[in-house]
Amino acid sequence: MSSSTLPIAKAITAGLRDAMRVDDKVLLMGEDIGVLGGVFRVTDGLHAEFGSQRVVDTPLAEAGIVGTSVGLAVRGYRPVVEIQFDGFVFPAFNQITTQVAKMHNRTHGAVHMPIVIRIPHGGGIGAIEHHSESPEALFAHTAGLRILAPSNAQDAYWMTRQAIECEDPVIMFEPKKRYWVKGDVDPDHRPELSPWEAAVVRPGTDATLLAWGPSMPLALESAEAAAADGIELEVIDARSLSPVDLPTIAASVKRTGRLLIVHEAPVVGGLGGEIAARISEECFYHLEAPVLRVGGYHLPYPPARMEHAYLPDLDRVLDGVDRLLEH
Amino acid sequence: MSVFRSTIPDVAAQEPLIQLLATDGTRSPHEELDAVLAGSGGDDDLQTPERLRGYYRDMVMIRAADLEATSLQRQGQLGLWASALGQEAAQIGAGHASREQDYLVPTYREHGIAWARGIEPWRLLESYRGVSHGGWDPNELRTHPYMIVLGSQAPHAVGYAMGLQRDGVVGTGDRETDTAVLALFGDGASSEGEVSESFTFSASFEAPVVFFTQNNQWAISVPTSVQSRVPLAQRSRGWGIPSVRVDGNDVLAVLAAVRDALDAARAGEGPRFIEAVTYRMAAHTTSDDASRYRPAVEEQEWAEKDPILRLRRHLEQLGEIDEAFVARCDEEAQDLAMQLHHHIHGMEDPDPVGMFTHAYAEPHPIVEAERAQYLEYIAQFEDDESTEQKGGRA
Ligand SMILES: Cc1ncc(C[n+]2csc(CCOP(=O)(O)OP(=O)(O)O)c2C)c(N)n1
Repeated sequence: MSSSTLPIAKAITAGLRDAMRVDDKVLLMGEDIGVLGGVFRVTDGLHAEFGSQRVVDTPLAEAGIVGTSVGLAVRGYRPVVEIQFDGFVFPAFNQITTQVAKMHNRTHGAVHMPIVIRIPHGGGIGAIEHHSESPEALFAHTAGLRILAPSNAQDAYWMTRQAIECEDPVIMFEPKKRYWVKGDVDPDHRPELSPWEAAVVRPGTDATLLAWGPSMPLALESAEAAAADGIELEVIDARSLSPVDLPTIAASVKRTGRLLIVHEAPVVGGLGGEIAARISEECFYHLEAPVLRVGGYHLPYPPARMEHAYLPDLDRVLDGVDRLLEH
Repeated sequence: MSVFRSTIPDVAAQEPLIQLLATDGTRSPHEELDAVLAGSGGDDDLQTPERLRGYYRDMVMIRAADLEATSLQRQGQLGLWASALGQEAAQIGAGHASREQDYLVPTYREHGIAWARGIEPWRLLESYRGVSHGGWDPNELRTHPYMIVLGSQAPHAVGYAMGLQRDGVVGTGDRETDTAVLALFGDGASSEGEVSESFTFSASFEAPVVFFTQNNQWAISVPTSVQSRVPLAQRSRGWGIPSVRVDGNDVLAVLAAVRDALDAARAGEGPRFIEAVTYRMAAHTTSDDASRYRPAVEEQEWAEKDPILRLRRHLEQLGEIDEAFVARCDEEAQDLAMQLHHHIHGMEDPDPVGMFTHAYAEPHPIVEAERAQYLEYIAQFEDDESTEQKGGRA
């Protein structure tokens, strides 16, 4: 496949397909991923190409899906698991946090856990309860896991490939409301930027805006809007949420003196708090203002008709920028 | 020869399916269940012509509400709808088998159960519209909230049943107060670990709970054969929980089996499990495309087993239904659909500040602070608007 324009969902499909073609130990497991091609159609066509031994429609049991991948991984396979929606990862939480994350450590490195857990991530799609969650901090808090959050098609393709190649377990949070947003994908040229590094996607001088996955378009839109008012925001796509690429963020903050973190997850106990603390430590003498966060409230994700008020939006981000610059 | 004894496939093939009403409406006798329906032990007769007409009306009503909800979704009034078309007999039968005091634990597709419990259909639509995550008082309506995370409600049902034991309202012989729990989940959900754990707890503690699975053949795109190699009815037997498999499109068979099971549970005989074999006639939800995985002939085959038609044929055979009654039911059903339509079209979006109200029962400083912050933030725009009206930004 040569360079082309693909929606994020199809970029992931391409990543899965190419990974399965080069390594026959890669297999996919999940609910409805076979004939249906997944509820978001991310595995569309793969069952037809690779058959039901490699694209497995599982029984409806997340703990079972992830737990059996542990066994498959011990046996040398590279399972890629689809969790149907973010809110349904919790039945598998025990397996992910107590088993997947710790097996390598427990076996003194004898066993690798090259498992990829793909999770459609975030809100803003008008869904019912449990379909719009942002649980990244719950997993980022667990040592032994790696977490990626692509925000565009090129990252979606390559992060899929690189997550599958990784010898550690990787959770990939996929920005579900952007599944059908297109972007250029070049599958022939491995990007120079490692998946574990953040990307400065827009240079700026007045403050740094950090976001990831589903919040990236908002961050860029906010930077546009701020620029119209003469404020130049540097925008960083975190890309990797565990580990977070602190050096890149710190270098930016040392230039701009200010940091605003935007994410959909509740601010309380969120990943933004961890990053804020690290940056305060690292950049204490460069900071012109405290690190600020804009995110969800300390509430269960609300019903769809209220989510606009819950999710960060342009005004709330610009409000955050104003507060940053007041200092 | 191996020491292992298989339950596959010989036993599976022998798992009987209890049916009282054939597709053409013919009633066949059944020793035990006929006694249950006749009200053995002093209960009401559950199959008087009047009652049968009532079940018919209920099924017609919820089907109309269901079809209207689907059309409301198409009109953009609901974010999603999970149709129960084809499962009316299973739900109306199970709903009416319960007694007033019983506690029902449904999932997201149990519109007939809700109807039988007297929950107005628009209350169900609120969560599909996205104005609420539920919102009724389970204790008042003795009906648990609709559950989305599959299987997670099964242990709640068992816990409630354990509470009933502690409250001394199980096995006293008083039919007005002895209480049981009816837990509902799909054939797919029955694979979740929590359902197995619920079997364990209910069996260990002899909890008064009846597990009721509507095997509607599909869990989104996955057929029941992926969930279980044996008929689901056999699953609970490994836990020592007696079970039965009934025709889920036969309202009388469901009614009788569930009543029988609930009676046993209320009497302190422990849990029961029922597999109701039925069919999801619509797609999984309005955002699913069933044609990708399901052959149309299968849908046609099941259309002939329609539960509403079947009861109507039975009533015709009894000479207990006439055109006027049928027309009246249809009219009432249309009225209900219209009411639903108007109710939903007139439904205002909730004030988002309401989302801060119920996260905690007691005051919580962070939520309070965030609420204040939110109000302040909103007020900013109101100020802007008034200044703009006065001519320009401040
Ligand atoms: C824990 C969990 N995993 C996945 C889902 C997504 N999901 C919703 S309904 C469904 C299929 C359920 O099938 P079944 O239990 O047979 O009930 P039915 O929908 O057929 O009534 C799936 C996979 C979910 N709601 N919860």
